[in-house]
Amino acid sequence: MSGTNGVTPDVTTETPDVAVVGAGPSGLTAARELAALGLDVLVLDRERQAGGIPRHSDHTGYGLRDLRRVMNGPAYARLLVDRAAEAGARVRTSAMVTGWAGERSLDVTTPEGRIRVDARAVVLATGARERPRTARLVPGDRPPGVMNTGQLQNLVHLHHREVGTRAVIVGAELVSWSAALTLREAGCRTVLMTTAHPHAESYAAFSVPGRAVLRVPVATRTRVVRIVGHHAVEAVEVEDLATGARRTVPCDTVIFTGDWIPDHELARAAGLDLDPGSKGPLVDNALRTSRPGVFAVGNLIHPVDTADIAALDGRHVARHVRDYLAGVLPQGAGIPLRAEAPFTWVSPGLVRPGAGTPPRERILLWSAESRPVARVTVTQDGRRIARRTLPWPVSPGRVFRVPSSMLSAADPRGGPITIALA
Amino acid sequence: MNTRQMRYGPLPVENVDVAVIGGGVVGAAVARALSAYELSVALVEARADVGDGTSKANTAILHTGFDAKPGTLESRLVRRGCELLAGYAAETGIPVERTGAVLVAWTEEELAALPGLAAKAAENGYERCEIVGSEEVYRQVPALAPGALGGLTVPDESIICPWTTTLAFATEALSRGARLLFNTRVEGVENAGGDGGTVLRTSRGTLRAGWVVNAAGLGSDVIDGLFGHRRFTVTPRRGELFVFDKLARPMVNRIVLPVPSSRGKGVLVSPTIYGNVMLGPTAEDRDDRTDTSTSEDGFAFLLEKGRKLMPALLEEEVTASYAGLRAATEHGDYQVFMDAGRRYLVLGGIRSTGLTSAMAVAEHALGLLGEAGLRLDAKATLPAPPRMPNIGEAFPRPYQRADLIAGDPAYGTAVCFCERVTEGEIRDALASPIPPADIDGLRRRTRALMGRCQGFFCGAEVEGRLRAGIARESGENGDTDQTGEAQ
Ligand SMILES: Cc1cc2nc3c(=O)[nH]c(=O)nc-3n(C[C@H](O)[C@H](O)[C@H](O)COP(=O)(O)OP(=O)(O)OC[C@H]3O[C@@H](n4cnc5c(N)ncnc54)[C@H](O)[C@@H]3O)c2cc1C
Ligand SMILES: Cc1cc2nc3c(=O)[nH]c(=O)nc-3n(C[C@H](O)[C@H](O)[C@H](O)COP(=O)(O)OP(=O)(O)OC[C@H]3O[C@@H](n4cnc5c(N)ncnc54)[C@H](O)[C@@H]3O)c2cc1C
Repeated sequence: MSGTNGVTPDVTTETPDVAVVGAGPSGLTAARELAALGLDVLVLDRERQAGGIPRHSDHTGYGLRDLRRVMNGPAYARLLVDRAAEAGARVRTSAMVTGWAGERSLDVTTPEGRIRVDARAVVLATGARERPRTARLVPGDRPPGVMNTGQLQNLVHLHHREVGTRAVIVGAELVSWSAALTLREAGCRTVLMTTAHPHAESYAAFSVPGRAVLRVPVATRTRVVRIVGHHAVEAVEVEDLATGARRTVPCDTVIFTGDWIPDHELARAAGLDLDPGSKGPLVDNALRTSRPGVFAVGNLIHPVDTADIAALDGRHVARHVRDYLAGVLPQGAGIPLRAEAPFTWVSPGLVRPGAGTPPRERILLWSAESRPVARVTVTQDGRRIARRTLPWPVSPGRVFRVPSSMLSAADPRGGPITIALA
Repeated sequence: MNTRQMRYGPLPVENVDVAVIGGGVVGAAVARALSAYELSVALVEARADVGDGTSKANTAILHTGFDAKPGTLESRLVRRGCELLAGYAAETGIPVERTGAVLVAWTEEELAALPGLAAKAAENGYERCEIVGSEEVYRQVPALAPGALGGLTVPDESIICPWTTTLAFATEALSRGARLLFNTRVEGVENAGGDGGTVLRTSRGTLRAGWVVNAAGLGSDVIDGLFGHRRFTVTPRRGELFVFDKLARPMVNRIVLPVPSSRGKGVLVSPTIYGNVMLGPTAEDRDDRTDTSTSEDGFAFLLEKGRKLMPALLEEEVTASYAGLRAATEHGDYQVFMDAGRRYLVLGGIRSTGLTSAMAVAEHALGLLGEAGLRLDAKATLPAPPRMPNIGEAFPRPYQRADLIAGDPAYGTAVCFCERVTEGEIRDALASPIPPADIDGLRRRTRALMGRCQGFFCGAEVEGRLRAGIARESGENGDTDQTGEAQ
C-alpha cells in the first residue's frame, strides 16, 4: 500500500542553479558565497526563521573564525541571513524538504503549496541534533521535563517559558555548559552534571561566560540509569561506573546533552554513502557526497563542531560547487581516510587527489577518550607517512583537529590512510 | 456538552440509563454501540482522555485470531471484531494496513509445531495460513537473522492505529449524544440494581445509572468487587517495546511473529502504521497496576531478542520505548458476566486482543444487556460516522497533498518536522470534538513529538500551541504563546 504514498500532481517547479537544504551557519554561508559567484541560489529551511541552531542559543561565542568577531547566537544568525540575502541568495523559510524527486530534485512542503526544486547542484546543510533520552535507552518513567538542550533553549529563549527548579544535566561537554547557562537564566539550578568520562570534557578552550560562577557539581564516571516520576520528574538514579553503586538524585528537570547524530534523513533517503562513524554522508575534501552534484556541509558531516567551522565549510564548498557546475571538478577515486580508536569518526572520510585541501586545511576527528598529549601518526599501506605531536589535547565532546598537511606524503594511488594516536 | 464539562467541575449529569466505566477501546466501543439506541449513556473515565490506559500502549495489530484458543469467547470475538473493525476503519478513515504476518520457526521443535498452528487457525475459522520453507521466509523478510527453518504465513494480519480507533468510537458516541465524563474515577457503588438506579460515587460527584457496564480494564476486578463479586483477579502483565527509527522501515514489510509458547505471544518485529518498526513486547507479571515504567531488564531482554531476530535493526536508532500493562487474569478467557439482578455487566480480562475485539465485545455486550432486560429501541436517525484525520503512512498525509494546501496553507506549514505534522492538523486536533488534554493526547491525535528528535526542534513550539489551544477551549486568558518565535 505504500505505493499510494505519492505526491499529488499540481506542484510548482523551481529551477535554481543550487538548492541549499538548511539555513544554519553552514547553509547560509554556502549560499552567500555561491550567490557571490553569480549563481542562482535557493536556500530552503523548515523553520519559520532562518539561522539554524544559533537562533535560540542566546549566549556569546559565535562568529570567531568565520567573521572574526564574537557575538551571541541570535545576532550571529541574523547577520548570516542578511549577508546571504545581500549577496542575492533567496532564503525560503517554512519550506520543509520531505524527499527526493530525482537525482538533484527535491520535494518541498510550504504554506504556498508543494514545490519541486529541480536544481543543478544540491548542498545538504541539515545539521545535527542531540540523541534524545529514548535513543540512549534510559529506562524508567516517561514524564515531561526530560529534554535535549535544543528543546530547552527553544523553550527559554524563543518561547519565554519556565522550566523546573532543580535540573540534572546528562553530559559535560560544550553544549552541556550552554544548557547550564540557559537553565540558570530560567531560574533553574543545575544540581548535577553527569558524565561517563573521567573528566568533565570541556574546559577553558571555549569561552563560556560565567562558567566559573555556574559552580555546577560534576559527577565523573557516572551514568543515569533510570528516570523516576509518573506525572513529573521526581528524581534520576545515577550509577557510579567504577563501583556500580547507585544513588537517587532528586530533580524536576533532566537535560540530555551532546551525543550528537547528524540529521541525515535526506542523505539516507538518497542512498548516499554514509560514514559509518559519524553517520553523516561520506564526503571528500571538496565536500562532495557519493552522488554527483550533491554536496554536504556543516554538522551534518561532523557532529558537532562550532558554528564558525560549519560556516567555513560553506565557504569552502562554494568553489567546488561552481567547478562542478562548470564541469571542471576533478573526478577519480578517493582514498578512504580512517581513524583508529579512540577516534569514532573522521571528516572528511575520503581524500580525492587533485581536489585540494579540506576546509581550513584541517582533518576533524572525534574521540571517545581524552589524551593530554596528542601524538598523531598517519599511515598508508603499512607505511608511516607522518608523525607529529600536536600542541592541543584530545578530549571527548570536542572536535580534535589535525592539519591536512600531515596527509601530503600520501600516495595518490595508494590504499586507505589511517590516523591514529601513538 | 461542552468540552470543559467533559473534564472539569461537577458532573454535568446526575442520571443516565447506562453508565460505562472505563474509556479504553472496549468502553468506547460499548458507549458507541449503546448510543445508537434511545438511551442516555455516559462513558465514565478516571483519566483525562479516552484511550489513555492499556489501549494506547500495545502492539497495534489487528489480529485475525488465527492463534486464539479455539472455542473460547476470545476466539469468537477476535474473529468477529477483526471483521467489524476492518469495515469501520474503512468507513471512518482509521489508518490500517494489511501487511500480513509470517510466523518464523527457529528450531526443529518450532518447525514441528507449525502444522498444529495451521490446524488451530482453521479451527478458529481462519483458512488462509500456509506453511512455507525458509527461502520463502527470507524472500518475505530479507533482513531476518540467519537460521530460520521455515514459517507459517498469515496474510491477513494487519497493523492499525490504536489511538484513532478509540478516538473514533468515542467521537461517534459523543455525536450520538453520549456523555463523556473524564477525570471521573468510580470509587464506590451503592444500591446496585436497586430502585432509582445504581449509585456510582465518583471523584466528580454522584452519578445514578439504570445499568452499569464495567469496562475498566486493569481496574475491572476492583469494580467487580464493588458490585459484590469475586470472580477474577487482574495481574498486570507488563509488556515493554522499542520503536525504531523510520529509516528501519524498509527492513520490515510485514509482521514477524515467533512461534507462541505457554508464556504468550512472544516478541515480534512489526512495522507500525506510522512508518516505524516495533520490537516487543516483553511479558512480566507485576503488582502495581499503574506502573508503566520501562526497565533495564526489559531493555536488555529486547536487545538480546532483537539481535537474534534481526541484527540489522539494532543498527538503527531507537525513537521511543514504552510499556503497556495487559489485564491478565487467572483464567484463560475473557471475563464477561451479566448480573441481571444488579443490572450490571462486566467485560474484564481482555488481555492481549482487546483492540481487535472491541467492536465485537460491544456487540456481544448489547446482546447480553438486551437479554437481561435493557430496552434497545434504535434511534430513528443517527449522525454520519466521523471521518478521522489520517495519521498513518498508508495514504497521503496533509503535507503531501497539494490540493489540501492550496485550500488552506496551514496544511503546508510543518510544525513537527520528524513526523511531518502540520499546523493545520494541530489546529484541527485542538478544535476537535474531543480535544487533547495534554501533550500526550495531542501526540496520539497528530503524531506531533513522537519522532526521532523527541522535541529537540519542535517541542517548545508544539507545547505552546497546545497551551494556547487548551486556554482557548476552557475560555481562560492563559498563555497565548502560539506565535512562537515572534522575536
Ligand atoms: C546548545 C548549543 C550551543 C551552542 N553554542 C555554540 C557556541 O557558543 N558557539 C559556536 O560556535 N557554536 C555553538 N554551537 C554549535 C552551533 O550551533 C552549530 O555548530 C551550528 O549551528 C551548525 O550549523 P549547521 O549549519 O551545520 O546546522 P544547523 O545550525 O543545525 O542548521 C541546520 C538547518 O537545517 C534545517 N533543516 C534540516 N533539515 C531540513 C529539511 N529537511 N528541510 C528544510 N530545512 C531543514 C534546520 O531547520 C536548520 O535550520 C552550539 C550548539 C548548541 C546545540
Ligand atoms: C503490550 C501489549 C500488546 C498488545 N497488543 C495488542 C495487539 O496487537 N492487538 C490487540 O488487539 N490487542 C493488543 N493488546 C491488548 C489491548 O491493548 C487491550 O486488550 C485493550 O487495550 C484493552 O482495552 P480496555 O478498554 O479493556 O482497557 P483499557 O484501555 O485499560 O481501558 C480501561 C480504562 O478504564 C479506566 N478505569 C479503570 N478503573 C476505573 C475507575 N475506577 N473509574 C473510572 N475509570 C476507570 C482506566 O483509566 C482505563 O482508561 C496488547 C496489550 C498490551 C499490554
